[in-house]
Amino acid sequence: MRISVEEVFETVGMTLDHHFDIRTVTLGINLKDCMDRDLDWLIRQAQARIVEKGQLLNHCADALEQKYGIPITNRRISITPASLLLEPLPRKTITAVKLAKALDAAAKKADIDFLGGFGAMVQKGATAAEENLIDSIPEALSETERVCGFLNLASTLAGINMNAIVKIGHVITDLAHRSEKGIGCAKLVVFANVPEDSPFMAGAHHGIGEPDYSLNIGISGPGVVRNVVAQNPDCDLTQLSEVIKRTVFKITRAGELIGRELAGMMKVDFGIVDISLAPTTSTGDSVAEIIEAMGVGRMGCPGTTAALALLIDAVKKGGAMASGNVGGLSGTFIPVSEDAGMIRAVRSGTLSLDKLEVLTSVCSVGLDMFAVPGDTAPEIISSIIADELSIGVANNKTTGVRVVPVPGGKPGSIVHFGGLLGSAPVMKIQTKYTSAKFVERRGRMPSPILSLRN
Amino acid sequence: MSEQKTSQICIVTVTGKDRVGIIARLATTMAKANINIVDVNQKIMEDYFVMTMAADIGQATMDMGQIKKQLDHVGRQMALKITIQDENIFKAMHRV
Repeated sequence: MRISVEEVFETVGMTLDHHFDIRTVTLGINLKDCMDRDLDWLIRQAQARIVEKGQLLNHCADALEQKYGIPITNRRISITPASLLLEPLPRKTITAVKLAKALDAAAKKADIDFLGGFGAMVQKGATAAEENLIDSIPEALSETERVCGFLNLASTLAGINMNAIVKIGHVITDLAHRSEKGIGCAKLVVFANVPEDSPFMAGAHHGIGEPDYSLNIGISGPGVVRNVVAQNPDCDLTQLSEVIKRTVFKITRAGELIGRELAGMMKVDFGIVDISLAPTTSTGDSVAEIIEAMGVGRMGCPGTTAALALLIDAVKKGGAMASGNVGGLSGTFIPVSEDAGMIRAVRSGTLSLDKLEVLTSVCSVGLDMFAVPGDTAPEIISSIIADELSIGVANNKTTGVRVVPVPGGKPGSIVHFGGLLGSAPVMKIQTKYTSAKFVERRGRMPSPILSLRN
Repeated sequence: MSEQKTSQICIVTVTGKDRVGIIARLATTMAKANINIVDVNQKIMEDYFVMTMAADIGQATMDMGQIKKQLDHVGRQMALKITIQDENIFKAMHRV
């Protein structure tokens, strides 16, 4: 049956009027076979592969953009966790920093805006090479432009590595003070239950369970979903869920089609479609505005958690019907700085850090891109991370933290990061009482029991 | 590249104010590039003239980028918004 005029215009309208795009195509590249005791050899091998595949990715993505008329906004690369590549090499910070700079140069040459995977899995404990990588993060991420870091600090099966969480509090503080407005911290995410195939930066990496290459795709359409919710102002919540499901089905199918074809053109394995709703700073491309279109007065006021739970459930159901390869984070991103509606909610006082944390218990992904005063003590940052990762561990899902301490930033002031990262109001943190003594106990919080669910 | 291809259906969409000669102009542009028009539909939706055209570019003498440029040119001259997309994207999104 030929496609009807209405169907054609629904699709065209999504891209022209409601910001529907393929948010990212991310090629995972295995570099395990490049490991060597000679750093220069490793760098030559890794750079050659990244440049070759990165250029091919850009070339093929351009061709498909033209063919299907849907923008492929970002083209990215994720690699084998860099800590593995550092295992055979001297345990010196300078080694890790040199590797980061080489990766940065390769990404630049391939015209890839972000390269993920400068990180480690340390949920249970860290090897000497992993400790070295963590120590190098402030220098490595502040002196490179395109390299993104991740650390998995907790998992449901291993528990929570509080030694690493205490350390990372200091690393984040140090990184913030080395980069203008703390922007370096936008390139570092710490996780519980990190997925090995997420296409979204800054947390993407090519996990150890992955093949040589894997093409993962992140679709996005907060604007499309907001539009369809706004067009149904009076239907009941069951019906609303149906409407969202149908829309997400459609946009996921577009992602699946383009992802498969792109992988075919590049002769690599097709990995997953990440169905996360990822907002941008463009007007109308906001998750907060979907929640508000559902009838919540302002993002963050009572009712927000329920609305967000309904939204993410409908998104998952629609996405799962559309693709057998749904993976990655597949949640709803609620980054403060990258979503105009979120910024508005923080500024008007309805959305506090406490409420943000509550929201992350129903949508994966976690506390994302929020700014705190630059003089926030490292123990407080560690405590925020411990809280957030506990939500992920206890609920058997992914959570992450991407916090930007802004040097000189005072609560209520706005810091402009520019570009994709948007701008963030510096959030107020309660500092009168701290949990320094709790996190400083260190050790590993045992993995939770999976029966006797509360 | 396109030697072995026998058929590639694309959907051309046109929106704007209705006027004399839209279809004629598009048909001429496409004929020049050896594009076969397979199907045409048009309606008035929300005060707009909207038209969809299924066109086979399998034997076209231009690639998709060049066709797009030609259509953009027509669009500018006639104050219309014209897009061209491979048919498969619509099938994927609207057919289970």
